[in-house]
Amino acid sequence: MANHTIAHNVYVPFLEKKGILSWILTTDHKRIGILYLISISFFFLVAGVFALLLRYELLTPASDFVQPHTYNVLFTLHGSIMVFFFIVPGLAASFGNFLIPLMIGAPDVAFPKLNLGSYWIYLLGTVIVLIALAKPADTGWTFYTPYSATTDTDVVLITLGVFVLGFSSILTGLNFIVTIHKMRAPGMTWHRLPLFIWASYATAVLQLLATPVVGITLLLLITERTLGVGFFDPAKGGDPVLFQNFFWFYSHPAVYIMIIPAMGVISEIIPVFARKPIFGYKAIAYSSLGIAFISFLVWAHHMFTSGISDIAATIFSFLTFLVAIPTAIKVFNWTATLYKGSIHLHSAMLYALAFVFLFTIGGLTGLFLGALAADIHLHDTYFVVAHMHYVMIGGTVMGFFGALHFWYPKWFGRMFNETVAKIAWFFIFIGFNVTFFPQFFLGVQGMPRRYATYPAEFESLMSLSTYGSWILGAGIIIMTVNLIAGLINGEKAPQNPYGSLSLEWQVPSPPPLENFEEIPHVTDWSYGYGKKK
Amino acid sequence: MGDGSVEHSHGHHMDPAVEYSSSKLGMWLFLGTEILLFGGLFAAYAIFRAKYPEMFFEQHVELNKKMGAVNTCILIFSSLTMAMGVSAMQRGKQKVTAILILITILCGLGFGVVKYFEYSAKFHHHIYPDTSIFFSLYFLMTGLHMLHVFIGLAILAVLFVLTLKGKFTAKYNTPVEVGGLYWHLVDLIWIYLFPLLYLIG
Repeated sequence: MANHTIAHNVYVPFLEKKGILSWILTTDHKRIGILYLISISFFFLVAGVFALLLRYELLTPASDFVQPHTYNVLFTLHGSIMVFFFIVPGLAASFGNFLIPLMIGAPDVAFPKLNLGSYWIYLLGTVIVLIALAKPADTGWTFYTPYSATTDTDVVLITLGVFVLGFSSILTGLNFIVTIHKMRAPGMTWHRLPLFIWASYATAVLQLLATPVVGITLLLLITERTLGVGFFDPAKGGDPVLFQNFFWFYSHPAVYIMIIPAMGVISEIIPVFARKPIFGYKAIAYSSLGIAFISFLVWAHHMFTSGISDIAATIFSFLTFLVAIPTAIKVFNWTATLYKGSIHLHSAMLYALAFVFLFTIGGLTGLFLGALAADIHLHDTYFVVAHMHYVMIGGTVMGFFGALHFWYPKWFGRMFNETVAKIAWFFIFIGFNVTFFPQFFLGVQGMPRRYATYPAEFESLMSLSTYGSWILGAGIIIMTVNLIAGLINGEKAPQNPYGSLSLEWQVPSPPPLENFEEIPHVTDWSYGYGKKK
Repeated sequence: MGDGSVEHSHGHHMDPAVEYSSSKLGMWLFLGTEILLFGGLFAAYAIFRAKYPEMFFEQHVELNKKMGAVNTCILIFSSLTMAMGVSAMQRGKQKVTAILILITILCGLGFGVVKYFEYSAKFHHHIYPDTSIFFSLYFLMTGLHMLHVFIGLAILAVLFVLTLKGKFTAKYNTPVEVGGLYWHLVDLIWIYLFPLLYLIG
């Protein structure tokens, strides 16, 4: 496949070239991955600051730090930036870009120029949203009508920005699907693919199928505000619940766009540090596709209290329970992989274990919300907030941090301080639970979400949650500083510090520009740990 | 998307067969997402037509069936010339391909002109996107389609220039083929829009 005109044995790391043009015009998937990594990390920290501010407002029952309107803006910005700028592109765009060609033994993705174009489109979307911050929206990240059609804040620009981001997401997904179909090295059969690739594939399918629908939904919302179209306006014969249907038809699959890549990361980290072959390879691989499929059939479980029919609610409740099956398959298989393994508690492994533990709590509390009777009570309370943060932080963000620590040596060719990384992990794990576990109780007791003030009886749990957010914030600062310090003065990383069998670890750290000197011939899967040689 | 000349900046060239099948797969996936984008509008159409059948029946008579029919014929014909262009390129006939792409472009422009007169007539009768749910659907569906006609025309214009420059041969013509696929989608969506909007009842 490769056209070797350059002499062999000259190792040029992909980070060798310097200068701004070598970055903004790069078509190298590893550099584009870094561009995404920097962008999403930036937005993660920004949206995290918004979270700290709104938790600070909630330290006391009264609205004494910011006005209620500012509070509404804060949670809208926290939610929409976290969702659309960090967690949806997130692992898929950053680690997906870096790892997919390396893991399947390809020199790059199928369409490198399109890949760069996708990043520019992402940037364009961020610029539009930054302009929208002049008069920030106060609708919440879900942009529900009729409020979003009538508020005098700038809904049009922020939704336009999200629409543009959707394009970036679609094109990235398309690129990855074609890459996985067409660019695998000889011998890299479907059942030898690393599980991260299976997860990325399922994610890409979701990006392709779901994103256009939210695109048209947001366009309709924009026409509602600009052209006076009335699809969501009862006064004009429209239906506000139609917006919710459209929105969740995308946004529920989008939840899995956020979580499935993290599941792929966990499936890579656990076998390496348990020194055991992954248990139930095919079950994990196909359960990703199973989750992707079922995710399209459950959207109305966000609307049990919006006035949908009892029959529809019952069917959607049942379908929602079905999602638990492929998800549980993964959790059981990870646990079985750990069983009698020779476990090494590297910081990446700690994040992976935190994922399994926290995601299980997040997943199980989702079943409370999927149950019709319980949901009537729990809908729009802090229980929902706690549930989704257990899935999104306990799941996706733990997976993201795990991936950062695991592939850091490969990507940047440096090591970080492992002891500090473990301390940061400890702060993050404790801080996260102190922040969000009390919110389950608040929700059960009836505390509604999205209010700047609350009754005095909730003060102890609310302030506990705020204290937790400070511990969590401290942990993230320690982790960020540690990782950046590693880039500057970390030790040089060896090629394969963990003895992984996956293809990306068989090339130097950082990988050479062309990934592989010769396209490898794959003869086995990458999970054959613990065999006698 | 019409960019099929997948070339790596760092010295890698894809195998032509892989490049061809990758580009085709990529375009088919993209067309799938386009259909889903329109899918939201088709879903809205289905819901509101079931809810207000009388409104759809009464208001659709305002649409000009003749112009709609003419435009349908124009687009179907343009799909034929595009398919012939792809076929000619596969046989290496650059000039014939260029002429056929040019005819396709002229058809697309003709479609736009007819649509311009239709929209003007609507505005003249004070019919706007906010007049009713039916006309909201009419303007949004045909408007989004028109946007796709323009994107298609831009792709065709690039293909026309590149064909004239002799960039494509019997061996390498992936962009012509995937560009053609896009144009067929533009045609196909209109074939659904025409009966749904103009031929109710």
